[in-house]
Amino acid sequence: MLNKTGVPTRVQVQSVFFNEVTLSSFKAVIECYEDIPCNPCALSCPVKAITIAPTLHSQPVVDPDVCTGCSICVSVCPGLAIMLAKVHQDTAIFKIPYEMNEIFTPHQRVHALNRSGEIIGEGVVLSVSNKQHQNKTSIIEVQVDKALLHDFITIRGIQHG
Amino acid sequence: MKIYDVCIIGGGPSGLCAAQRCAEAGLNTLLLDRSPSLGGQLIKQTHKFFGSKEHYAKFRGIEIAKLLQDKLTSFENLTIHTETTVVGIYEDFVITTLHHNQYKKVQAKAILCAVGASEKFLAFENNDLPQIIGAGALQTLVNQTHVVPGETMVMIGSGNIGLIVSYQMMQAGMKVKAIIEANDGIGGYKVHASKLRRLGVPIHTKSTIKKAIGTDKLEAVEIIQLDEHYQEIPNTSQIIPTDVLCISVGLSPLHQLTSMLNAKSAYIQELGGWVPLLDETYQCSVPGLFACGDMVGIEEASSAMMEGHLAALHVCAYLKQSHPQAAELIPYYENQLYELRNGVHGSKTLKGILKRKEAMNAQ
Repeated sequence: MLNKTGVPTRVQVQSVFFNEVTLSSFKAVIECYEDIPCNPCALSCPVKAITIAPTLHSQPVVDPDVCTGCSICVSVCPGLAIMLAKVHQDTAIFKIPYEMNEIFTPHQRVHALNRSGEIIGEGVVLSVSNKQHQNKTSIIEVQVDKALLHDFITIRGIQHG
Repeated sequence: MKIYDVCIIGGGPSGLCAAQRCAEAGLNTLLLDRSPSLGGQLIKQTHKFFGSKEHYAKFRGIEIAKLLQDKLTSFENLTIHTETTVVGIYEDFVITTLHHNQYKKVQAKAILCAVGASEKFLAFENNDLPQIIGAGALQTLVNQTHVVPGETMVMIGSGNIGLIVSYQMMQAGMKVKAIIEANDGIGGYKVHASKLRRLGVPIHTKSTIKKAIGTDKLEAVEIIQLDEHYQEIPNTSQIIPTDVLCISVGLSPLHQLTSMLNAKSAYIQELGGWVPLLDETYQCSVPGLFACGDMVGIEEASSAMMEGHLAALHVCAYLKQSHPQAAELIPYYENQLYELRNGVHGSKTLKGILKRKEAMNAQ
């Protein structure tokens, strides 16, 4: 249970994902399961695809028809709770926020981790973005097996201790 | 002895916002802070903050400290003394300060205290071993002075500070072996907890530290599971080898300065402990003495900033030099505070504020 372990349930995770047809292009997946007084994601969205209403504490809701997958919300979320996801053939491609010290480079093979920090497979880094507006939160594009769509959350270097 | 209109004690988020409003109103303002740099705890915070744009959400704490100070640069009527500790305040609002081993006196017509809070500590066997450290000190050591005190760490406390400091220490290269929490659930925001879990950090709820193990310095900790009455469950202890043990079990408001002037205070659990009582203008039971921020109730920097603005606007009115925009700003910041507290996490604070108000009215 999220409250005791910090790990959301599968039902919670699936509730914030869109179906595979919608995920044919990148869409924001927001894992903000708690009422927090916070709204940078909604304020920074250039197409107003994210709604926080009626109060500042309300949880964000993404309109997938409006979301362009621009990734601005990914780096502004103070909770690192937003990633982009898309399904491409038999793979799932993510753009995840990353603030640790490991340096990743395109084409690098990496461990794919789940929400408990367990290795669930391998992924390959497609791109790494460190634009000024991201303010030191890297956005890493990673491709994994489509079967990991609802399990994948972050990466670790394979030679990492 | 110099006489100021107002002396603001404490240059954290609350005091910096207060200084801006007092200076804007034309008050001859003195801002005192004991640290070499202004910003209070903000300057140790490398993570992005929650809130909305009014609270500088999405900026990192260290950036917010800079943004708040940038608003103070243009005032000739604002004097700032850093590395200046207030050691006494007296009935005639004479304030004695200590700066580089020199005692000085100043006087003010009004005093606004925004001195924040201190960390709580835990009693357990061997809690005086080297390498056992509070979360604030650990942040100072690592984030400000760039000294990492070990390779591994165990954190006691899963409130927002415990979670955030654990994350910061991982960024500094330490391995966080476990986060220990006595309660049944995680205390801080779950997004902070999830950030750590995905990096492989275990969080043990219903557990506490039994003792620290080591001779000259910390070598390991013994943790033990707790039942629903917070009693240790026999034969459930576990030894975790670690270089560092960090304690983050809550904050206590620093009411001592207002208590020096015999301002009425009360123990209000929801606000973190002893707090000065306030009227609706943030004035203590002593006329001309005001207080705001964490020292009147433990909250987040966002609320502390809003309170700093509000308290300062009331100080201006008390000194009959109202801020030119007071009529718009007071309801604006009150509404901001209402919004910040209008959720699950704010209900405890609201209950505490109500108690503080009732205690004041009962005086």
